[in-house]
Amino acid sequence: MFDRLYEKDVAITGIGQSEVGRPSQLSAMRLTADACLEAIADAGLTRDDIDGVACWPGDNNNGDSFSPVGPNALKNALGLNVNWFGGGYEGPGPLAGIINGVMAIASGMCRNVLVFRTITESSTRQHNKQASALTNKTQGRDSSFAWQWYTPFNVLSAVNLMAMYAQRHFHDYGTTSEQLAQIALTCRRNAQLNPKAVYRTPMSMDDYMQSRMISTPLRMFDCDVHCDASTAIVLSRRDVAKDGRNPPIRIEAMGAALNQPWSWDQISLTQGAAFDVGRMMWARTDLKPKDVGSAQLYDGFSILTMIWLEALGLCPTGESGRFVEGGQRIALDGELPLNTNGGQLSGGRTHGLGYVHEACLQLWGRADKRQVADHNVAVTAAGGGPLGGSLLLVRD
Amino acid sequence: MPRKLPALTGDNSAFWQGGENNELLIHRCSACTRYFHPPSPVCPACNSFEVGPQAVSGKGQVASFTINHQPWTPELQEPFVIAIVELAEQTDLRFVSNIEGIPVTDVHIGMPVRVHFQQEDDVWLPLFVKD
Repeated sequence: MFDRLYEKDVAITGIGQSEVGRPSQLSAMRLTADACLEAIADAGLTRDDIDGVACWPGDNNNGDSFSPVGPNALKNALGLNVNWFGGGYEGPGPLAGIINGVMAIASGMCRNVLVFRTITESSTRQHNKQASALTNKTQGRDSSFAWQWYTPFNVLSAVNLMAMYAQRHFHDYGTTSEQLAQIALTCRRNAQLNPKAVYRTPMSMDDYMQSRMISTPLRMFDCDVHCDASTAIVLSRRDVAKDGRNPPIRIEAMGAALNQPWSWDQISLTQGAAFDVGRMMWARTDLKPKDVGSAQLYDGFSILTMIWLEALGLCPTGESGRFVEGGQRIALDGELPLNTNGGQLSGGRTHGLGYVHEACLQLWGRADKRQVADHNVAVTAAGGGPLGGSLLLVRD
Repeated sequence: MPRKLPALTGDNSAFWQGGENNELLIHRCSACTRYFHPPSPVCPACNSFEVGPQAVSGKGQVASFTINHQPWTPELQEPFVIAIVELAEQTDLRFVSNIEGIPVTDVHIGMPVRVHFQQEDDVWLPLFVKD
């Protein structure tokens, strides 16, 4: 397809994460600085080595709690001198900052790019429960490209759209609530071993089935938990990376394709963008799904994790329900450990980079009580509906 | 709660106001004959500008749905049904709407539906009932 696949020239060299609060007393910028300085130090670098900054979505909505800190503000706060920086919502989902950063390095613009993602939805929701409602995305009449087609019909939360994906998956493939529950139950079991996780009390199948129905067939425990947190990842040019503190984690392949309309209702209801993303990622590597030792897959809503399992070829199309049934395959000691830090369902809605952070901890053997068997290939993917991006990570 | 209404433009007003004449108006390309939605001044299938709104039957079926139980606002009357309706004219020609007039638990994927319009200000919302 291409004569050279440039993402292989880039590696993750350091990671950092602030406290994960529900809520946090720290400001959004303080959370961000904590994560970023930890990541830079973890890479064995100093502030002056950073020559690029990337973020998704950045400050695209007046600094609201979905993304209160963008690259401009961070650059000033840390006094960074950069060759390139960028953010913006329009891209292949929550991993777009990583994907952009990789491209900036691969094109010779930068040597070390700091990628970050900050979110403060928990503290905002302390005083405004409707802060993340879709109706609040626009003022007055809705002129947004996407939401004007949904909000007039009282689609007031993304969960309504995800619920229709789940309903169709149940209809087409015979997926059940008991199967879907395994995503939530697995995340909760893993969260109990993660001191930073928001929800750490045990959850049973009964607890899941009795949790409040939000939008059929999705229950409260199918929805992720808001938090205040920031996560940062340092990307380095591969020849620079080998001198760092950590064994470099190479970007073996990226997926960012969208071969359907950018839309929450015109797109395939059971595949979203995820299948396009998965096909692209595997076309850029000789590795196969069977080589993957751990998976950190977006669980903003549980059904999206199921779709990613299929989209990335980790189970056959339509079989995610049967694949996760009983939970053994996706447990920490299973054939495919999944969302090992508790995901966003129980760990907290760090929204994207939390998956990359956890994938690196696992590959570096730094996941403490939740550490899975030693492996050198991990996959992470984020997004739902038209948003989707994936990374295949290899520790050399 | 009053519904959030769309800002009307030259591209979308036919869809949102066709109900004034009891018509569901969907954009269609005269070059390749395909319908498409949301409306746009250029055909996404063939990039022709020979596009415009055309009345369709208003009949379709439920492609997927959800019963919303969460009281997102104090004024909302839940439970209610949100659905993606696929129109009879063309596979995958669809949009989000509400299903009304039957118990929420009677709605199912594949259920035949027909449009009816509910006026809110200068917008005629295309809602659906069981056909």
